[in-house]
Amino acid sequence: MKKVGLFIPCYVDQFYPGAGIATYQLLKKLGLDVTYPTGQTCCGQPMANSGFEHLTQGCNQLFVDNFAEFDYIVSPSGSCVLHIKEHLHTTHSENQAAEIRTKVYELVEFLVDIVKVKNLKARFPHKVGLHQSCHGQRGLYLSQMSELVAPGFSKPLQLLSQVEGLELITLKRGDECCGFGGTFCVVEEAVSVKMGKDRVKDHLVNGAEYITGADMSCLMHMEGILKRENSQVKVLHIAEILNAE
Amino acid sequence: MSGATKTHPELSETFNQDEARVDWHDETLWWIRQKRDKSAGSIPEWETLREKASQIKDHVLSELAGYLVSFEENAKANGIIVHWAADALEHNQIVHSILEKHGISQMVKSKSMLTEECHLNEYLEQKGIGVIDSDLGERIVQLAKEPPSHIVLPCIHKKKEEIGDLFHLHLGVPAGTSDPQILTEAARQHLRETFLTRKAALTGVNFAIAETGEFVVCTNEGNADMGAHLADVHIACMGIEKIIPKRKHLGVFLRLLARSATGQPVTTYSSHFKKPRKGQEMHIVLVDNGRTVQMGREDFRASLKCIRCGACMNTCPVYRRSGGHSYHYAISGPIGAILAPNLDREKYADLPFASTLCGSCSNVCPVKIDIHQQLYKWRQVIVKEGYAASSKKLSMKLMTFTLSSPGVYRTAGKAGRWVLKHIPFAVNNQFNPWYKQREMPAVPKESFGEWYKKENQ
Repeated sequence: MKKVGLFIPCYVDQFYPGAGIATYQLLKKLGLDVTYPTGQTCCGQPMANSGFEHLTQGCNQLFVDNFAEFDYIVSPSGSCVLHIKEHLHTTHSENQAAEIRTKVYELVEFLVDIVKVKNLKARFPHKVGLHQSCHGQRGLYLSQMSELVAPGFSKPLQLLSQVEGLELITLKRGDECCGFGGTFCVVEEAVSVKMGKDRVKDHLVNGAEYITGADMSCLMHMEGILKRENSQVKVLHIAEILNAE
Repeated sequence: MSGATKTHPELSETFNQDEARVDWHDETLWWIRQKRDKSAGSIPEWETLREKASQIKDHVLSELAGYLVSFEENAKANGIIVHWAADALEHNQIVHSILEKHGISQMVKSKSMLTEECHLNEYLEQKGIGVIDSDLGERIVQLAKEPPSHIVLPCIHKKKEEIGDLFHLHLGVPAGTSDPQILTEAARQHLRETFLTRKAALTGVNFAIAETGEFVVCTNEGNADMGAHLADVHIACMGIEKIIPKRKHLGVFLRLLARSATGQPVTTYSSHFKKPRKGQEMHIVLVDNGRTVQMGREDFRASLKCIRCGACMNTCPVYRRSGGHSYHYAISGPIGAILAPNLDREKYADLPFASTLCGSCSNVCPVKIDIHQQLYKWRQVIVKEGYAASSKKLSMKLMTFTLSSPGVYRTAGKAGRWVLKHIPFAVNNQFNPWYKQREMPAVPKESFGEWYKKENQ
């Protein structure tokens, strides 16, 4: 049986363990051999996107040490996975790093492309808005982007459509960025918040009870805005919906 | 001067003080993005066209020297006088010397982002030469004494009422006029007078064809033609990257340009200039101004493929909510943010960070410039060259230390969650930019790692 290494991004580990637990349980339910290497910390993206890629050697080596042995590395974050795919390099184990770059998967793409999940036993009787996180969408091609003149597809929707009772709402702008952007959210606070408010509003006016997506970071940003506005609307990682019964 | 320039975050914060105006700005540009989508969507081979354009431009950049020389030869054979300018100053001096030779003290100019980049208007004004911009949007920002905020839509940040006020002040339209039809007519009358009396006209260049020595200028108002056809001296200024090999390649670029820019199938006027008419003098100024340096930077060379359509601005969620002036460079938006650091890393150190790296820009770009990847790469260069704030450096080093060791990470995570839970005001205060308009995440009772350990005991 192929071995799956579960990569839980640092902020998910610390602040949103629910998303990690749902991912783990979901993969277990599907009969997979899942392990969480306990020595893992972070993919290094927060430093790299701030221009400090040269400081990420320690993180990168740690990542390789933790995950090299697995057949697949799966993570509930499109952004962190994209970072690994594009930027994982190490001085001492570049061959292993190169291999990892090809076997790391975001959860949704893993479920659709590798596990080929067709019949999910999940139930979530609510109105849900899907946030297309940019790195998952434009970086990992989880779904077609509105910029291209090309046939549409959506891996998250392929999964959400298997969830009983779930009603997906339509947004005015289907794939606009929420404004999180890593350290952008504090360096460019004004624009970041305005982008987040606009994104949240699109979900609210279209009747969402929950906002979901494949990246907890975008959801954390939107949750911060929803809570400040005293909204009852909640955010949930897509794994939590796919794991709901 | 550079020390006094406000940064993108500061200028954006000011722009965001009027939220209704930000909404209006965002909606206006999003509407143009949607027009672009519709127009691009009507061409089934759109993505093939983009790929073709990208490859033609890559090819041109790889053999630019040769193409420039053949362009010069052919242009000269057509009777055009060709000048070479190493930088902005030399460009301005050349234009000035041409005007001086003819004793001309007033000039009409159609749209040219290159002259904005070189600050030609200011230079000529100091020399006592008056310049009137004939593109309506450019004229409006000129009257307002502002730089353009967008390369295709220079006054997109202005509402029609504000334009009415400007025209009342400068062109004598009745106070309170905001009807676009009336305002445009007032501008037409005013500019007609300018066209008839100016002896020199300057235009930009959209495409210069190496094979024939001719150049093409795209406008919607016909103002480039009006200026050039009525003047004794026509000066066309272009960056050296505007070259395309053959006339037939125009078919690719003209189909992409207007559709990407505004959603129009083609600009109203695509004017071909090949040789001066009898009695007219025609000049071309070929400008480097940092372009050859950028060509030498492998990671950033592709930025020179830009055809100045502005699609990356219209699609950029940051640009739409910060306005063009927040980029404090002649060319705003994502493309400006990858071009500007080539000229001055210190002054424009903030621009590559004015992005969430969402990638929308790279995917609307008609010549497929990897804009967001270049933004990421500029960040690395800017930090390595020492232009990052020292507070940032310290926090990054601390973060690296923490995240490089699982033990330190677990302790720090636990400590962080403890602080957030027990002394929230240590985090939830005015010094935390996250907290200013957002709540912090709720503190879970345990981390995933702690849960996993118990689960698998």
